[in-house]
This record gives sequence, structure tokens and C-alpha cells, in this order.
Amino acid sequence: MVTKVHMEALSPTMEEGQLVRWLKGEGDDVSNGDILAEIETDKATMELVARGGGVLRKIFLEEGGTAAVGAVIGVIADADEDVSDVEGVSGGGGGAAPAAAAQDAGAPDEGKDDEAPSEAGSEAAEAPAVQPSTASTGRVKASPVARRLAEDAGIDLGRVQGSGPGGRVVKRDVEEAKEKGVSGAGLAHSGPEYEDVPVSQMRKAIAKRLVQSIGPIPTFYLTIDVDMGRMLDARKRINAMLEAQGQKVSINDLVLKATAAALARHPECNAQWHDGFIRRYNAVHLGVAVAIDDGLITPIVRNAHLKGVAAIGTEVRELAGRAREKKLQPDEYTGATFSVSNLGMFGIHEFTAIINPPEAGILAVGGVEETPVVVDGELVVRPRMRVTMSCDHRVIDGAQGSRYLQTLRAMLEEPAAILV
Amino acid sequence: MAVMTYREALNAALREEMERDPDVFLMGEEVAEYDGAYKVSKGLLEEFGDQRVVDSPISELGFTGLGVGAAMAGLRPVIEFMTFNFAFLAIDQVINSAAKMYYMSAGQFPMPIVFRGPTGAALQLSAQHSQACETYYSHAPGCKVVTPGTPADAKGLLKASIRDNDPVAFMEGELLYNMKGEVPDDDDFIIPLGVADLKREGSDVSIITHGKMIHVALQAAQRLEKDGIEADVLDLRTIRPLDMDAILDTVAKTNRVVYVEEGWPYAGTGAQITSMIQEEAFDHLDAPILRVTQADVPMPYAKGLEALAKPSADRVVEACSRVLYR
Amino acid sequence: MAETKTRRKSGGNHKKESVAALEKHGIDEALALQLLSDMLLYRRFEEKAEEAYAIGKIGGFCHLHIGQEAGAAGCIRPLAEDDYVITAYREHTQAIAKGIDPKAVMAELYGRVDGPSRGKGGSMHIYGGDVRFMGGHGIVGGQVPLAAGIAWKIKYKKEDSVVVCFMGDAAVNQGAFHEALNMAAVWELPAIFVVENNEYGMGTAFSRISETDVAERALSYGIPSSSVNGQDVLETYAAFRDLAEEVRGGGGPRFVDLQTYRFRGHSMSDPVSGTYRSTEEVEERKKKDDPIAMLRDTLFGAGLLDQDKLEELDAEARALASEAADFADASAHPAAEELFHHVWAEENHGRLFFDGRERNG
Repeated sequence: MVTKVHMEALSPTMEEGQLVRWLKGEGDDVSNGDILAEIETDKATMELVARGGGVLRKIFLEEGGTAAVGAVIGVIADADEDVSDVEGVSGGGGGAAPAAAAQDAGAPDEGKDDEAPSEAGSEAAEAPAVQPSTASTGRVKASPVARRLAEDAGIDLGRVQGSGPGGRVVKRDVEEAKEKGVSGAGLAHSGPEYEDVPVSQMRKAIAKRLVQSIGPIPTFYLTIDVDMGRMLDARKRINAMLEAQGQKVSINDLVLKATAAALARHPECNAQWHDGFIRRYNAVHLGVAVAIDDGLITPIVRNAHLKGVAAIGTEVRELAGRAREKKLQPDEYTGATFSVSNLGMFGIHEFTAIINPPEAGILAVGGVEETPVVVDGELVVRPRMRVTMSCDHRVIDGAQGSRYLQTLRAMLEEPAAILV
Repeated sequence: MAVMTYREALNAALREEMERDPDVFLMGEEVAEYDGAYKVSKGLLEEFGDQRVVDSPISELGFTGLGVGAAMAGLRPVIEFMTFNFAFLAIDQVINSAAKMYYMSAGQFPMPIVFRGPTGAALQLSAQHSQACETYYSHAPGCKVVTPGTPADAKGLLKASIRDNDPVAFMEGELLYNMKGEVPDDDDFIIPLGVADLKREGSDVSIITHGKMIHVALQAAQRLEKDGIEADVLDLRTIRPLDMDAILDTVAKTNRVVYVEEGWPYAGTGAQITSMIQEEAFDHLDAPILRVTQADVPMPYAKGLEALAKPSADRVVEACSRVLYR
Repeated sequence: MAETKTRRKSGGNHKKESVAALEKHGIDEALALQLLSDMLLYRRFEEKAEEAYAIGKIGGFCHLHIGQEAGAAGCIRPLAEDDYVITAYREHTQAIAKGIDPKAVMAELYGRVDGPSRGKGGSMHIYGGDVRFMGGHGIVGGQVPLAAGIAWKIKYKKEDSVVVCFMGDAAVNQGAFHEALNMAAVWELPAIFVVENNEYGMGTAFSRISETDVAERALSYGIPSSSVNGQDVLETYAAFRDLAEEVRGGGGPRFVDLQTYRFRGHSMSDPVSGTYRSTEEVEERKKKDDPIAMLRDTLFGAGLLDQDKLEELDAEARALASEAADFADASAHPAAEELFHHVWAEENHGRLFFDGRERNG
């Protein structure tokens, strides 16, 4: 059977992809599910998997070349099968694929059923969560109730190990994942993940006016100064405790922890603007801006409000490492409810950050600096840090943002407040 | 409350309904002078006379049709089959006449008739005398199917069936007749058709069943309990009408279903209910629904083979373990 | 139409015979003319149905009674209003004879809401609960035990009525027939079992599938049995008048071999003649054994009918048949909601339908 190899949409926003390297060459045997090539998307380097078996008969896109999603970049067929009428994109291309090819990719005709999980096919049996390398948009075998529970809890089924027949994810797996909190998938907020708040007429009017006034996202900025003295002490004590495990937490980890804890108390700031309603999240999925060679990516610490600072730190470093290698999966950088950008390590004292829609807020965190301040009528030198919050005014009003920052400051200045 | 056998409960229901309504009569083989092949009609001849408790010839098709005609003309017959195995001879009249009459006549002729008798296997009666027949009747729109599993249900449901204006196949169990249980004495103790009964509560797995098989299910549930598994045992009591709400409730609670029935699997009651659960409660399922049924063979005579063919508590426990992924 | 063509027999002998026939059966002029009108209506009604079937107004099976009209008029006219009739599927004329309006019968054949079964029964399932017409039944012999049950009710309630149960000759080989006759005999039920013996069960001559005559079938059950010329409506009428009284008086069941002949095919979709009977046979019997022509000739002979009167009666019959067809054609088709009505008399608490619909009843 002839199976065309398409440039597939490997990230939610991908429109074209660059072929980094072929892992199979013309004439190589290929089985269904084999990794054919690495593709660089707009966000990361992804693996392109064979959708059929046989021999990789032709390659239409050379390494380094770019093709639009849906374009035919290769063909798999039996060794003696006639493939002369299969047309692919031209060589090093970069040219857009014809529209017909794009549609073709939208409805693959290779007998692949990516809708319902099937009991039978061996393809499905290999797919499950055991291998988190499967994108969460791929097929995961899961019982219906497990699917529903995972959705309610914001758990990515693709990252849950299934214990049922053939690796089927069943109810108990999701429940365990909820308790354990494995790498992003584990900890889950109990109860509904978010609440949709209807938009009042006044709120609509505010939204409309403000958008007219300032771009599609009417942003305003709130700035606080934070005394980090106690937090620095706390950091020392924490790191002393973690020493045995060879672990350390950074100031940024502590900021993230406090940011998440404060957000959990202010869902009005942990929110998104949707047409007709505002979605207020009860779970905090915190985006952490990471600089990489040729840009910026924001991997997500899921359910950050439930995690300890050490876990947050470990996770951020692991995510950042993979981000720099462009090995992040799309679900690892989409779906944040709020973000933090920290340029303190670059010696930045103060800055403003751009909101990453549909989120409604982002914190721009500067460095901790020894600063003279007046305390109880006396001039003293304190370690101070400046934080500026960018707020989407359609969602967050000045007073709401301010109350959130008050809570955040209280937590940063008195770490015990996080425990309250 | 009185403690009585399933047989006595049926007898009481017949007696009370015959006392209550002079249009109710009982006809069947050996129901009068012999007091009933299984003594369900014991004493009724003496009490009600030979016009109301009538020994028929061995003519299942004939006396079933006679009952249907009498119901058309306004009486409320109770037709006894010595066993439902013999009712295959009569099924033309049940399906083609009784179940369709109301519809074919656009409501001119309600069909207040009860066809009753034991269904399913007893012990070593071999293929022609050991089969569960409910599916044949529940298949046909217009026919209600009632399968009581306890003395109280037997009484309350038979009374409701006799008072119902649609044809009812009322299916008893030969092995149940001697079973004792508490039964309300109230003359108006009616268990409405279409209301299932949760015979045992648990939250880990739902065993749904009907008729005699509730006892197999309860036995299995006891064994599971020793393993720390709590089973919901839902007795449907009536297959048509069907208490789908009760089914959906237990599925939502446990997410796992084992259907136990005495009949064959192919197009059986469990197949129907499985289909409905996946249609209406798909998102509540954690495992495929399994069925425990009679083996898909005619019933053998030899004791060991017969035991293998019948649904057993062992097989129910095993099926529960599978849906629990244990 | 042969039935209304004048066929004069000369001489006084014919007159004498004709008068004697009426007297012998105790039938007066008015009743004789009534029976003629009845049969003319049945003939014209069935011809109208035939026509409607041909143009697609009537579908499915449609079994005509043409040639057998005396089996409706002669058997049912002598019954009392509260007597019951139950029959098989060649039933249109018998339904009319028992009192259902021809317009309603035709509407049922058309599958319309003004039919007694609101179009859900059709040609084979016409019921008139109010006139004690207990239906047309589609399974050969299936109605025979039902008749025993209706008779059982008459006896149970100590009522004074009888049930007449029609069946075709093929039904006597069904188990239901034998079981029902046995019970009727044992319990002395007030039923008259009538075999409309038209000699063919569909395409099989009765003589090919039975070693005995129809009339003998009842004897082993101890039921008095008689053979009646079912083409002679006067003889038929008299026989049923007398039998009904015997049965009403507590005489137990009776059995009648009503010898008749079908002028059409088994149903509208079957041939009149062919491999199972010859065209000559059918033509000869139509000439010799037409119940309407036979009564017409007797009445002509007795001087009770002339050509003008005959044509007048026939015109009335044709008008009624036309009216019935017009009425049926104007009647509404059943609405979609009708599909789910009348499956259950009681809804109880649970689901009764299993086709995914939400409603219970």
C-alpha cells in the first residue's frame, strides 16, 4: 500500500515545518510508527512518525528545507510498488503546498482512525501513556470515565501510565496520577479547574473601550517594591535542608512559588478573556519565560499552586533544559494561566513584560538589589526587588491587580504567609 | 410481614386477585385437581370452583389463544405454563396475537393477560427443559416481561401483572419455589412494574441481573467482600418495562458493570442493556461491560457439564475482577 | 357485470321452485332483497378495492371475497347484535356485514386515520369492538383459539350470545384449529366454527393435502358438523339462523363446512388461475355458482324482482362503494406520532421502548 508522508501539524500553531534531518533514508524499511524525521516547528523540534509500513521509497524534502503543513514530503510503499504518480513538494522548497494537499492531510486516507480509541490495532496498543513522547493530541487508550476524570482534573492522559489491558489508562490510574503528581501530569487541582464568569454589560463596555484605546489587549502596569530579607533567609534554610539531596532553590523558584500561591487566592487574576465570558482558573498553570538561542519559550509548571518550591525548581530546570534543546512537547508550552518573566539575573532592575494571550497577566521580576530604604523612621539598607505586573484590563481592574500584588508582597516579605 | 415461600407468595397473590376481581381466572395444565405441577395453585380449585381454576388439555397453543380471546372479550386470564419450555408451542399466540392486538386495533383491545410459569434450568433436566426464555418475549414490543427473584417480589409483581392492561410474561424459577422470605400480608401489596431493586449496596462494581440469577450475584458479592470489594447488586425485576434510571445510577457510581443472566448470550438481555449503557453512560465506564450467561450451547444433561454451562458465582467473581482490572 | 344481466327462465315451474326455496328457508321478500343488497354491496366494494389496489391506493396483501359473498351475508345477517364474529384475513365484507361502516373499512384498506385501526392494521386487521367484530387475523388458524376464548367469556359471564369463527379450508390442518375445537367441545363453548371451504388454500387444492373432507374434521372432537352450500345465500342464512339458536340454547359448539368458491386469486398479488386451477374451471364456476346471480334468478322467478329494481339496487351498491373510496381517499394519512401510539395500554414506571426515544409510553 502506498502511504504518503505529509508534513504534519506538530504543534497547535504550526503552519509549516523545517526538516532538520531524516532518520530514514530512501530504500530503508519502515514500519508503522517508526520515527522518520525530525521537524522543527515554530516552537520545537518534533518527531515525524510513519503512518504506514513498507519501504521509504522517495524523499521529496531535503534536510534544511521547509514545507507547508499537508505537503507530501515522502512516500512509503512496498518495494516493488509503482509510486511514480505520487507528487511531492519540490526539493529544498520552502514553497507552500497546494491547498489540496493540505486538505488531504486534514483527513488522512491511510486507514488511520484517530478518533475513537480502538481495542484492536497494535498501533493503539503501543500508543499509550507509557511513552510520554506521544503528543497529547495523539491517541491514548483510556477508559471513558478515565478520560472524563482526567479532563476535569486537567491531567494530560498522554502522561499517565495505563495499568489496564494493553496499557489502557483506567480510572485508578488517573486517581493515582492526581495524588502522585508526576512531572506536570501528577498534581491536579481538585474540584473544577476553572469557573466561567459571565461578562456584564458594563464589563463589555469597558472591554470594548479599552481595546479601542490601546491595541487588542488593553494592558496596564502595576509595580511594587518587595523587601526580600526574610525570603533570602528562608532560602538559606531551605537550601540547607536540601543539601543532602544535592538540590538547591533559586530566588526565582521562590518567586514562582509565591506567585502561584497568591494566584490561588486571587482567581480573578488567574484568568482569561473569552468572547462572552471570563474564564477564571482555580488551578495555577504557571508559564515561566525561558530564553533560548533564537528566541523565547514559556514552558509550564502545571498546578504550581499545589507544588513545593523544590519540586517547582526541579521542574523548571528540567523544562528549561529541554526548551533550550527544542525538545518540548506542545502541551508543555501551551495552556498557562499566568506567566512570570525574570530578568534579574541579567542585572535588570525593572521592566515590563508583554502578556502572552489568552493569559491576562504576567509578572516582570527584576533583580534583588541592596537598596537604602526608610524603615520605622530610620534609613537602612535592605535587599529589594521590583515586580511589575502587566494586566489585561478587560479581565483585571486596577484594584484587583493591586490586591493580588499586596498578597504577593506579603508572601514574599513573610514566607510563612504562604503557609496560611 | 409473614415468612413464606416463593410458591406460597404466588399462591397468595393469585388468591387475593381472584377474590378481588371475578374476571380473573387461572387456566393451564394440572392447575386445578392436581393443585398445580409445582403446587402454585394449591387450594384454589376448592375456593373458586372449576370455572375459574381450569385444567386444560396439553394444548399450549390452544389454551394460550383461548386466553387471548377471553382477554379480548374483557376477562383477565392468568395462563399457566407448566414451564416456559413448553410455551414455544404457544409463542405465536403470545407474540402475534397478544402483543400486537392493542396496536393492530388502534387501542380497541387492551390485553390484560398474564402468562406465567417457571423459566430457566432446574437440575439435570437436559436441553429441552432447561432454558431461560425471557428474551423471546422481551424482544416484542407490546409484551411485558417480569422476573421476580424473591418471595416478596413474586407476590407484589404478580399482583401488579394481573392488574396490568398489557400482556405480561411472568417468569418464575423452579429452584425458587421453596425459597423463604418475608412478604407483606397487605392485600394491596403491589410492586409496580418497571422499578428495579438494589438488592445490595457497594461502590466498586455493579452486578446487574434479573430473576433467579440475583442469588448467584449476591453469592458472588459476598465472596468479593472478603477481598475488600463492595458490589452493587441491581435486580431489574422487570425487563420490560426497564428501570434505566436505576441502571444509570449504579453505573455512575461504580463505573464497572457485569451483567448476569441465565439465558444465552447472543442477543440476550445483557446485550440489550450493554448497548443502552454505552449509549447513555459511556463517559462513566472504566472498563468494557462483561456478561456472565449460560454457555452458548444447549443445556447438557451430565451434572458436571451442566454446572459448567450455568452462570456461577465463580464466573461472576472472575468477571468482576476483570472489570476491576485486578 | 354478469350478476345483473337478465337471465330469464321461462315457465311456471321456475316460479314454483323459487317460491318454494324462499318458503323452505323461511325467508320473506324483504329479507331476501336485503340479502341481495348486502351481496351487491360486498361485490361492488371488493371491485372498488381491486381498482384502488391496481392504482396503488391500497398496498400490501389484499384478499378479496368476490364469489364468496354469501359467506358474509348469509352467515352474519342472522346473528344478533351482541353476537361476536372473528375471522381471518379475507375479511372486508364480513366486517361490513357485522356493522362496520364500509367507508371506515375502505379507509383502513387505504391506510388512513379514519379506518377502525387508524391505518395501522390494514386489510388483514380490521376491528370493530363496538359491533363485536373481533378482527381479521393474519396467521392461518390463529383466530380459532381466540374464538374459543371469546366463547369462554360468554359462558363465564353466563351471557346469551354466540361467536362465529370463520376460517379458510387450509386452517383445518393447523394445530391451533384442533386444539381449539377440542377445548370448545370439552367445555361446550357457544361457538360456530365455519370453514369457508373455497377448495384451495392459496394454490393448493384441499383434496391434495387431506384424506378426509372438511366436514369430517370436527367429528372426532364430538362436534356436530354440517355441510352448507355457501353459494346459496338462502340456505346459508337459514343454516346459521338455526345453528345460532342451537348454540345459544346451550347446545355446545357447531362446525360448518361452508362450500364456496373464490372467483379471484388468493390475494391481489396472486393469479386467478394457472398452475393450480384452469381458467375454464373458474369460468364455469362463475357461471354456475355466483351467489348473487343465484339469488337474483330465484327472486326473478318468484316475481319479487325485476330488471329495473335490480339495477336500482346495484346502482345503490355502486354508489356506496364509490362513496367509501372517495371517503378513504380524502381521509388523512396517519401522523408520524401515531407510530408510537397504542403499543402499550399502560406505561408503568420504566422504559418500554428501546429505540432510543426518551419517552416511556
